[in-house]
Amino acid sequence: MALIAIVLVPLVAAGLCWVPPLRRVAWHITIILQGAEFLLSLWICRIVIVEGRAVGLSHWFEADGLGALVLVVVSFVCCIAAIYSAGYMKHDAEQRQRLWWYYTNYNLFVFALVVVPALADPNLVWVGVELVTLFSVLLVGFENTAGSLEAAWKFSVLTIMGAPIALLGFLVLFWAYRSGAGAGHETWESLRLAAPLMSPVLLRLSFVLVFMGFGAKAGLAPMHTWLPDAHSQAPTPVCAVLSGVKTTVPLYVVLRFLGIVLASPEARMGQWMIVIGLISVAIAAFLLLQVRDYKRMFAYSTVEHMGIILTAAGLATRASDFGAVFQLLNHSITKSLCFYVAGLVLLALNTREIKSVSGLIRISPFAGGMLVLCSLAIAGAPPFPIFLSEFSILGSGIRAGHPVAVAILAVLIVIAFIGIMMHVNRMVFGVPETGPTSTHVQLPLTCRIGVVVAVVPVVVLGVYIPGPLHSLLALAAQQLGGH
Amino acid sequence: MHAISMSAADALNTLSAGLILICAFAMVGTRQVQGVVRFFVIQSLLLSASSFLLASSERSYHLWALGAITVVAKVIVIPWVLRRTLARDLYVRREIAQVVNIPTSLLLALALAIAAELIVGPASKISGDPVIAVNLPIGLACVLIGAYSLMARREAIPQLIGILAMENGAFLAGIAIAAELPLIAELAVAVDVVLIAVIVGILTVGIKKTMGTTEAAGLSELKEEPTSWR
Repeated sequence: MALIAIVLVPLVAAGLCWVPPLRRVAWHITIILQGAEFLLSLWICRIVIVEGRAVGLSHWFEADGLGALVLVVVSFVCCIAAIYSAGYMKHDAEQRQRLWWYYTNYNLFVFALVVVPALADPNLVWVGVELVTLFSVLLVGFENTAGSLEAAWKFSVLTIMGAPIALLGFLVLFWAYRSGAGAGHETWESLRLAAPLMSPVLLRLSFVLVFMGFGAKAGLAPMHTWLPDAHSQAPTPVCAVLSGVKTTVPLYVVLRFLGIVLASPEARMGQWMIVIGLISVAIAAFLLLQVRDYKRMFAYSTVEHMGIILTAAGLATRASDFGAVFQLLNHSITKSLCFYVAGLVLLALNTREIKSVSGLIRISPFAGGMLVLCSLAIAGAPPFPIFLSEFSILGSGIRAGHPVAVAILAVLIVIAFIGIMMHVNRMVFGVPETGPTSTHVQLPLTCRIGVVVAVVPVVVLGVYIPGPLHSLLALAAQQLGGH
Repeated sequence: MHAISMSAADALNTLSAGLILICAFAMVGTRQVQGVVRFFVIQSLLLSASSFLLASSERSYHLWALGAITVVAKVIVIPWVLRRTLARDLYVRREIAQVVNIPTSLLLALALAIAAELIVGPASKISGDPVIAVNLPIGLACVLIGAYSLMARREAIPQLIGILAMENGAFLAGIAIAAELPLIAELAVAVDVVLIAVIVGILTVGIKKTMGTTEAAGLSELKEEPTSWR
């Protein structure tokens, strides 16, 4: 039942925000119901850890370890983004009358994000991923400026273009399932079990089509060009959701397909995934050195992390799969934190250019300190969780017999680290420019609350992984098909 | 695209699939917005004809439903939505801005169609079903040609129609390889297609209000180059 409820709650929230008498309190409704959403996802995780899977409606709504992990990540990030939105979206007087429209769209967007991991039928998952794209288009273009509309347009053309290609992949998979394994109901679970019976040619064809279609949505190179535009132009809380979980959800579907393909002994795809993942990491690492806009910097870092997760899944051992799902979790919570902090900097200084930000620590000690912390965390410095997951991926790669790939990955991670820290160092320390901005700036209370709550898991998971989380990660890793 | 048996239903299906491919070429070759929309409607009608044909020969109520859904969504609702939101851009008589000229585009589209046959030809003959051997390569060809026209065309409405034509290609393959797809999935896909049209329509109206044109070529403010910083 919890699984049905978690899908319905955002829909109810969207409906309430739309009702005219309630439009003034739309942000209260959103925060309360997103909080409930997060609690529901924790409950689902508990069910999954105890029983192995949570069933809402047999064959349609089912969540296993991987689904529950993505659910909890999505609802956590969306809950914090709702709190953060309350203060952030008020700064623009022009948009204040349209805020109810923002919250309605936001809740619909969350609905689409949670419906993907909650569904068991792949064909409906395709529809869910499409809904994610469509609702995010409206949020990216919300500010109605030339820049935001341009970003929304590029974003929608490039990402919706992937949809029919992926649809063809889903249909080919259905065909492979029916012609290889008979007439059972098609779910992720039955597909993975039936994979060895299916034709490897069709499995590979289906995976390649889905990868082409959804790789663009996940921001994997070379189809990543929409990502920095959309993530720099959208309102900051939306950027956090886009970068933190909107890219994770299509990647989740790609990982599901990879799990099915790897379960068939003849359809070798792992090595290709390592190569494509490394290309993404490489392109992102070098672009990180030369960005001029700090929101774009964090967007490129998303491309880097998507590449790392894909590489880890391509290594296809038990240990590397654990690293991949752990990295997926860490990236989402850390990257959304980065965007919340970037939003604080934007509120304080009203510029997105790296070179016009200097001496931030003296202008706003809170924003400056947080910027250093989140940048260290996203770049993978110890003692933050991304360091742990990257380290375990590198270690598992050596044990899996891929020393060259591991060496390249390590060098690229270091280059990305240098790129991020070089820019952040310039922004935070140094002499503030004289002028009206050099006084202390009062940041909205809910923004600061959002940031403080978002910091907690980023700090805690670096030193301590709770037992239930560890078993959830282990369950999720099983779905990736490593041996 | 050989291995066609002599049965009349198969021959009709091959004819319909061939006409769908010709419509895809025609959309690449048309110079005016209205022409692109017209060929898209014809292509959708042919697609529903294909699924009705398969439905009667395989006695599958799924395919009857799918054909009906296609007619409702793509022949009635989407052209109506476009006319409601973008009437002035739809009927304006001027050439669509192109990156590549039309003869070159048609040659590239032909190359993509051949590539599609080379990619899925072997897989489509695994089952020995003549319908799959025709529909899967032509469907993939329509998807690839649609993707190409998205990149070559720099205007909002032809780009939207390009996306929808890609979807037609995926469906053409789908009616052959996944005829027993659950009906709820088909309905959801149809709703999704209409949503794409509505949301892209809303976006286009917004772009027109702020910039005065629906030419996407003018959208080049966001780049990783020094010029964008003025």
